[in-house]
Amino acid sequence: MYEFLAGPMFILSLCVFFVGLLVRAIWYVRGLHWQMDRVAYGMYPGPGIKGAARSIGYWLLPFGTYGWRAQPFMTVAFFLLHLGAVLIPLFLLGHTLVLKAATGIALPAMPARIADFLSWAAVIGIAMLALRRIALPEVRILTSAYDYFILLVTAAPFITGLVARYHAGDYAFWLSLHMFFGEVLLILAPFTKLSHIILFFMSRAQIGMDYGIKRGGINGKGMAW
Amino acid sequence: MPEGTFCNRTPIQSEKALKRLLEDTGGKTYYQEMKALEVDRDLLWGTIQKTLKSRLRTWLGICAHCGMCADSCFLYRISKRDPRQVPAYKIQSTLGEIVRRKGNVDNAFMHMAMETAWAKCTCCNRCGLYCPHGIDMGVMFGYLRGLLYQQGFVPWELKIGAGMHRVYRAQMDVTDKDFVETFEWMVEEYEEDYPGLTVPVDKQEADILYTVNAREVKHYPEDLAEAAILFHLAGEDWTVPSSGWEQTSLAMFAGDWEACKLQVQSVYGAMERLKPKRMVGTECGHAHRATVVEGPYWAGRPDGRPPVRSIHYVEWLAEALRTGKLRIDPEKRIRVPVTIQDSCNYIRNHGLKEITREIISHIVAPGYFREMSPNREHNYCCGGGGGFNGIGLYRPQRNQALITKRDQLLATGAEMVIAPCHNCWDAIRDLVEEFHVPIKWSFLKPLLIKMVQVPEHLRPENS
Ligand code: HEM
Ligand code: HEM
Ligand code: SF4
Ligand code: SF4
Ligand code: SF4
Repeated sequence: MYEFLAGPMFILSLCVFFVGLLVRAIWYVRGLHWQMDRVAYGMYPGPGIKGAARSIGYWLLPFGTYGWRAQPFMTVAFFLLHLGAVLIPLFLLGHTLVLKAATGIALPAMPARIADFLSWAAVIGIAMLALRRIALPEVRILTSAYDYFILLVTAAPFITGLVARYHAGDYAFWLSLHMFFGEVLLILAPFTKLSHIILFFMSRAQIGMDYGIKRGGINGKGMAW
Repeated sequence: MPEGTFCNRTPIQSEKALKRLLEDTGGKTYYQEMKALEVDRDLLWGTIQKTLKSRLRTWLGICAHCGMCADSCFLYRISKRDPRQVPAYKIQSTLGEIVRRKGNVDNAFMHMAMETAWAKCTCCNRCGLYCPHGIDMGVMFGYLRGLLYQQGFVPWELKIGAGMHRVYRAQMDVTDKDFVETFEWMVEEYEEDYPGLTVPVDKQEADILYTVNAREVKHYPEDLAEAAILFHLAGEDWTVPSSGWEQTSLAMFAGDWEACKLQVQSVYGAMERLKPKRMVGTECGHAHRATVVEGPYWAGRPDGRPPVRSIHYVEWLAEALRTGKLRIDPEKRIRVPVTIQDSCNYIRNHGLKEITREIISHIVAPGYFREMSPNREHNYCCGGGGGFNGIGLYRPQRNQALITKRDQLLATGAEMVIAPCHNCWDAIRDLVEEFHVPIKWSFLKPLLIKMVQVPEHLRPENS
């Protein structure tokens, strides 16, 4: 089982993940239409790039925008989840080893203490996001089974990974289960709203260019996100 | 009955059709007929497939359903936080649902969508600033309005408004002749006070081409005179076009993109005919948005700019004060607590936030200016934007929507609010009446007239 999940299946999910997200990014750009979107994307590269960079940058900063500051609970939940969601898959020692064995690509690994911390943080972040969905009427009305499914798909590798890590229960079983869920996540990403892993940058770049080029970026200091 | 005689999918094309629809007072028959109006589903789905590009598709698809946009929407806040007023819900349950059902929706659905698009969103674009993915529901509602208009599900006044643009190239039944005559007549009224005051019509290659809001011609002709006086005192070389003078676009509120194009083409036509150095528009927010910000795209101009550099009245005014073309009598500066309404259409959507503060620094004595909270690009809509002010059917909802601005104004403690936008000005006037708020409201021009210094050589002889 381990050989299969760490070998062909791992390679396959990586391919689906990267090719899938790349295709979504390309489609996105190809589907932009200066006249329909009413943004002269190509005409003002300077203000366009500046607008896009500001629009992405401020939103990647904890409490960096009016939006984040208005919703501290959400902000904490979001960054707890996302720090782990981005850094753990890439730089966890176990992950770098599997990656090296399967593809020969060597990524630096983070110290175990930091990995543990980020993993727990992510689980807590997910729990907070789930809590929000249940508690707040304005989020509940937007929520369907699909949203819980996505939260679950995201939580599964973290939880199983942690169980394996602490050798709670049958290590081989939990490790295999963990690798399975990790790969499910990678495979589903391009086809679900998890595609935001790349489309977040596309969408934010677009609105940033919109403000930078058309809606006044050229007129002043630019949008105070 | 698939289509009614008043309520149908055909835009108003002639003066006759326009008059007939106007005679249906309040749209009584119109809305009656709408109840039986069939949805042309093939047309709806066909249009979506052609026009729903990756930006909107992605917005609908990646929305995290996180609800961070909820609090950003003033209509949500004043509806006792009714979850059905959450921006993401409003757009997902209308446009999102139409797309999911591939256009397979019925009459009742379209009624719901119409109310959502025009009574639950003013297209103020504030929510877009608060969404982590940068999803701008205001933009999406603009798109939805286009789909609804095409199907004939549009409030009566806006069908008429769009028709006005198609027939008169103005938002009201004001002809080119009416415009020129009214302007000339108003200027004559003030000739004695301001010797040499004229309104140059169709002057070639002037420094400034001035365009207006048809309402000024019909209901507030004083505004035309004030504009003329200020240009005159500033020593500007200016002109107005005998046609292509209307800067507003009710067609934009209606979602009638073809009429939008016709309207801005008439203004751009004037620019190309008269070749001015630049265009200055009156104190109107949506007019600026329509002609300067969005218009170039409707007209198919790949550079996204009008044929000549075009600026809002506040930009011209700030420049005139900065360069000393206009000088203020310091004694006559405003000396009561005063605030300013930041119009979504040129502050949030055209970045002119500091320009208006610059004007304030000239015309308000130090210590009297009060900022609203929030302000600048984070300001709330006045409550009457996106056509909301003018729709009789949704009057109760509109009045309710004014609460936000009322409370913002009261919190400043100001005795006067400057509103350099026709829509905002209207909404504030209505909220003062509706809620008996003790506050004065004004455009910039009348304030300026009262405090500007008249240069020696422009004064009447007997003074
Ligand atoms: C992208 C989704 C994934 C996430 C979020 C994730 C998360 C985690 C976490 C939280 C741990 C425990 C970390 C600690 O505290 O030390 C872990 C361990 C591990 N993961 Fe993943 N993982 C993912 C995908 C994968 C995949 C696809 C594989 C291999 C095919 C894999 C292999 C491992 C291994 C070998 C360990 C080490 C277990 C141990 O400590 O003995 N993971 N992972
Ligand atoms: C740099 C990459 C990423 C960025 C910029 C990003 C950004 C965002 C944003 C802006 C949201 C919406 C706000 C929210 O609901 O929290 C979101 C939601 C979410 N993201 Fe990411 N994300 C990234 C990567 C990931 C990854 C790798 C995962 C999974 C392993 C992930 C899982 C999620 C989940 C589950 C949600 C929905 C949370 C909810 O239900 O409210 N994200 N992300
Ligand atoms: S803030 Fe954005 S992502 Fe979140 S629910 Fe609103 S539109 Fe969707
Ligand atoms: S555009 Fe304005 S009115 Fe419309 S949903 Fe967004 S915040 Fe509310
Ligand atoms: S009327 Fe004024 S405040 Fe309201 S949406 Fe329009 S510009 Fe904004």
